[in-house]
Parts: sequence; structure tokens; C-alpha cells
Amino acid sequence: MVQSTAHSFKDNAREALGDAQLQRALSNVPKGFIDKRAKARDGLPEFDALRDAGRDIKNHTLAHLDLYLETYERKVAESGGVVHWARTAEEARNAILDICRERGARTVTKGKSMVSEEIGLNDALEAADIEPVETDLGEYIIQLRHETPSHIIAPAVHLSKDQVEESFREAHTELPADRDLTEPVSLLHEARQILRQKYLDADIGITGANFLIAETGTSIIVTNEGNGDLTQTLPKVHIVLATIEKVVPTLEDVSTILRILARSATGQEFSSYTTFSTGPRRADDPDGPEEYHVILLDNGRADVLGTEFQEMLRCIRCGACLNHCPIYHAVGGHAYGWVYSGPIGAVLDPALIGVEEAGSLPNASTFCGRCEEVCPMRIPLPKMMRHWREREFEKHLSPASVRTGLGLWAFMARRPGLYRAATRLAMGALKALSGGRGRLSSVPLAGGWTRYRDLPAPQGKTFQALWRERQHG
Amino acid sequence: MADDGTDARTAVMGRIRRHLKVSDGPEDEARRAAVRSRLERHARNLVPARADGDDAHRLALFKTMLERADATVTEVATPDEVPQAVAEFLRNHNLPFQIRTGADTALAALPWDRVPTLEIGHGAAEASDQASLSHAFAGIAETGTLALHSGQDNPTSLNFLPENHVVMVDADRIVGTYEDVWDRLREVFGEGIMPRALNMVTGPSRTGDIEQRLFLGAHGPKRVHVIIAGSGKAR
Repeated sequence: MVQSTAHSFKDNAREALGDAQLQRALSNVPKGFIDKRAKARDGLPEFDALRDAGRDIKNHTLAHLDLYLETYERKVAESGGVVHWARTAEEARNAILDICRERGARTVTKGKSMVSEEIGLNDALEAADIEPVETDLGEYIIQLRHETPSHIIAPAVHLSKDQVEESFREAHTELPADRDLTEPVSLLHEARQILRQKYLDADIGITGANFLIAETGTSIIVTNEGNGDLTQTLPKVHIVLATIEKVVPTLEDVSTILRILARSATGQEFSSYTTFSTGPRRADDPDGPEEYHVILLDNGRADVLGTEFQEMLRCIRCGACLNHCPIYHAVGGHAYGWVYSGPIGAVLDPALIGVEEAGSLPNASTFCGRCEEVCPMRIPLPKMMRHWREREFEKHLSPASVRTGLGLWAFMARRPGLYRAATRLAMGALKALSGGRGRLSSVPLAGGWTRYRDLPAPQGKTFQALWRERQHG
Repeated sequence: MADDGTDARTAVMGRIRRHLKVSDGPEDEARRAAVRSRLERHARNLVPARADGDDAHRLALFKTMLERADATVTEVATPDEVPQAVAEFLRNHNLPFQIRTGADTALAALPWDRVPTLEIGHGAAEASDQASLSHAFAGIAETGTLALHSGQDNPTSLNFLPENHVVMVDADRIVGTYEDVWDRLREVFGEGIMPRALNMVTGPSRTGDIEQRLFLGAHGPKRVHVIIAGSGKAR
């Protein structure tokens, strides 16, 4: 699996906050995504009811996952494809490398796939002397820069146009050095021109899958660029890399979920391309791959079933929770330190790489609840982050100061009289400390807060005192 | 390798069943029945009301949604007018008078002699092709989406490789929703069977990967032009 730096989330975040270029790029995220989603939601009166329907479809599927996978596998075989099961990232990589070696592949084009990031596929291909070429524009850019995606659907959202230009000039040395790349559209044309030849030259095309359909043995990719389709149509072999929770029962079921996917992701009514692939080239097909393989990967998902985290397996990777998350807006995706970032990363990463490694991610949440509010699959993200915090606490992974503080708070909370007296006292003290300015620039034990901003000084009475007044008044 | 694969399958299935607290035995029949029934019935879930209405409503919605997705649309009264509409598109965009198409019999039957200078290539797309012509299996009104399936009639590469994609849709093939397409596909291919590729195309290719700015024509076509044939309406 790909190396994680999730354990140093705090340091990563601090660094991200001080990175002026990154902060400029991140300011595009709320601008670009939030309004578009809201508009798409408002344009479809059934939007929220479809979210409920989507949730129900996935809940039913997860409860019968073994049986739907069995059916899916049988249908893939009936259409002439092959399913390869993989328990771990390593098994998935090996299955892909075996296919590549048997076909003597030298170049592999790739559609966008977060799972391929999860299993560190590009490094494995390179180590086997096979050139992987990312064909999604954002993925291509970050591949040139030897970076990882910082967003589920917008992998290069952390970069500026100037950085892209710099990378293209460095990589495309065969093109005239004095060419004009000042407009973003010229960057797009250049990438289009370079990648076009790659599609035609590739021996194997690898894509992910947004969904797998049990009824028909079909894999689906949802894209806007068309790169995934060229990737899977032109080479002789198409490999689909998918995880077990991607299965849905029927064409009707997937239609329901597709209606909320694009709207939640980019605010489009429907993505430019939604492609349903079933097996290899048929007898009278003039194009399409001669072989069709599906790598069906578990990598920790099965162990999430039946736990309080099962609902995370409903995720359809739309990225809406990232787009609406104030923490993601502030630090970007790389700070999370592993493949999946934002709120879904904070619940998924600890499940896939362990709470010891990624346990600090859920701690960043302010529990503002926006992620749950926009999640098309109604995943209770804040609740799950709370569960991870509990796990981290139970495993004694949180720092001693946090544990002592919480212990002290628990002691007080169980003694209401004492609690009320103490809060009254503390409020008075803080008010006095502020010296009538209404704010405090330093507070004992709260340096982490006051180093960056003032703490508003308490005004008037405690919450509990006000509550009591209201109840009686 | 086959042994490893089998082991992996057994292990993953075992893990799923253990965590779901289910078995693979006869007592599992209720679960199997639930799955069988869902697959056989393939019932519609909630379907948006947007496309409800008569043919005229669906046609109007289809056109509106196509244009919203940055496609262009022409209506011709009868299929016989399609060759001129294709020629007009090529002329308007200053494109070479060449187009590639598959072995679709409806397209082949059109009066191409009305545009004698148009060169028609057949088969899968080639890298040098600038424009292609497909015959859609269906048009979906709810989002202005074209449904095209693979086969010698309409090769998949025609939908993606050339920069200009012209698509003929028969007016009586404009349906309301995705679910309507599934019904028609099952009639043609049978229950539980799909063509190798079913492409749902909603406008030209696009990307927002550089600073969130939207550009058309990323890797697929820069233009998608839809000719609706047989609505009885002249251009």
C-alpha cells in the first residue's frame, strides 16, 4: 500500500496553513463546488428523496454483499470476462502485474482510480519496467510532478496554472521552448496532443469502477474528459480495478445513485460520459478490448461490515464532503497524509490503515456537520469520527494531556453542583482577566488557541444559569 | 496463480459472511430469495417526475437539456434530411468533408447522394478522423443524454476519438428516463444481458482540472451535434 504520513497530520496541517500558493489554490474549492451543487440540488425536487433511496439500496446490498458478489462474478464470466480476487493491495498489484507480464506489456494507460493510488500501482508497474501513463488531466499533471492526488475528483486542485505550465515545460522537452502556455486552454491542448499518442500505443488500459452491477456483470466509469473511455476501448486488454463494496444489484438501482453522484460532485445534471462495460469485444465488434479482467479487492473493507463503521461503505466518492469541509478548505488534501482526504478520509483511513496511524484525522473535525448534510449517501460522518475518537481514547493513543483533561472533565461532569460552581468561578476569573476588553490574548493551558487568535472573554452568566432562567421564566 | 485466486476468493467471502454473521448454508435461503427477487424484478426506484408527459414534452426537454450540456441540436422532419444536416454541420465548422460511421443500416439507407462531395469512411475510428456519425440507441430527455451501444453498427471509438461527434436520434427513440432505456435494452439483448459497451453521452468532453476553470474537449470530442430525425418538424 502507499506510504502514509497520516500520523503527522498536525505537522502537515501546520505546514499547509503556511503555504501561500496552496492557500490560493484552495480558495477555488468552495467557490467552484458549493454553489454548483446547491444549484443542481435545487433543480431536482426529488434530490433528497433520491438520497434516501440511494442509502436504502446500498444498505440492502451490503447486507447481502456475499450473494451480490457471487452473482456479479458469474455474470462477468458469462460475458467472457475474468474476475480476480485480491485480499490485499499486494495481491491486487500482483494480479495486475501477472496480466501485464503475460501480454508483454510495456505501456499501460490509466483512467482515474483512487483504488490504484491505494495499492500504489504506478510504483509497482515502474518497478516492473512497465510505463504507467495517467490520462485524466489532473492525474497526468500530478504524475509529472511525482505527487499524489489531493482530492477524490479533482486530483490537482492544489496546484496553480503556473505550476502546471512549469511541469509541462520540464516534461515535454520535444516541444518548442518558446511556445505560448499562458492560457490554461493551451495547457489542455498540449496534454491532449501528448496523451493521444499514448492511448494508441498502450498495450493495456486500466480503469477503476464507480459501480459494478450484479444483474449484468457490468462495470461503470463516470467521467467528463473521455480519457477513461479511450483507455479502455483502444488497447487489447482492459483491466478494471474495483473494491468489493462497489457492487449494486440492478441497472435501476445504479440509475438512482447516478442521479445523485454528478449533482453532488460537480453540480452537473449528469457527467459527460457514463460508460457501462460488460466483458471483452464481441464477435462482430470492430473495436474494444480483446480481454476484460476485473481485480476485485477487499483490502480491509470486509472487516468494516457489521461494525459501527459499516455505513462508510456506502460512499460513492463524489467528494462533496471535502468540498464542504472547512478543515479541508484550510489544509487541503495532502495534509491528511494518505489516499483519502477530507471527512470521508477521516473515517475511511483509520479503517484501512489503522487507528494507530490515522487516528488523529478525525480529531480535526469541528463537527460542524456540513459533510453529513451534503453526503448523497447520507453517511453519518461526524458520528463515525466520534467513534474513532473513542477507539483512539480506548487504545490509549491520545496524548497524556488530553487524557488527563478529559478525565478531569468527566469527574466534574458527574458532579453537577461542583461543575456549576467551577464554571461560574472560571467565568468570573476569565472576565476579570480580560480587563474589560472582551477578549483574552493569553490564557493558561490554552496556548494552542491563543497563539493564533484571541479568546472571546465570557460575558454575563453561564449557559446553565441562562438555561435555568429560561426554564423558569 | 489460480490457487491463490481461489484462496483469496474463499477468504474474502468468508470474511464478509463472518462479519455479516450469515452462513452459506440452507438456512440462508431467505437471503438468497431476497437477492433473486430483486435481480429478477429489477423494479424502478423513485424516478424524477421531470420527464413525465407526452412526446412533445419529452422532445422539448431533451433539446433543452442537450443545450444545457453544451451540445448543439438540429431537428429534421424526416431521416432523408439527415445527410444535408451532417453536411451543414461540417461546413459551419469549416471541417473537411469527411465523416466516419459504422455499419448501421438506418444510416446506410439515407440518401447520401444528396451530398455527393461528402466522403464517408466506415468502421472503427482512426486517429486522423475529424468527425464521426453515430445512430443513437436512444435519447434520454431527463438530462439530454444519448445512449449508444457498441457493435459493428456503431463502433464505440466513434464516440470518443474524433473531435466532432454527430449523432442521429430518431424522434420516436426519445425516452423520458434511464429506466426506459433499460426496458428497451432488455427487449433487444434479453434479461440480464448488456452489450459490450453502453455509452451514455451528455454533451462534449470537458475538464475543470486546471484551477477549476471549465474547458470543453479534454480528450474526447470538442463538439457533440445531435440531429433529431422524424419529429415532423423542419429545421
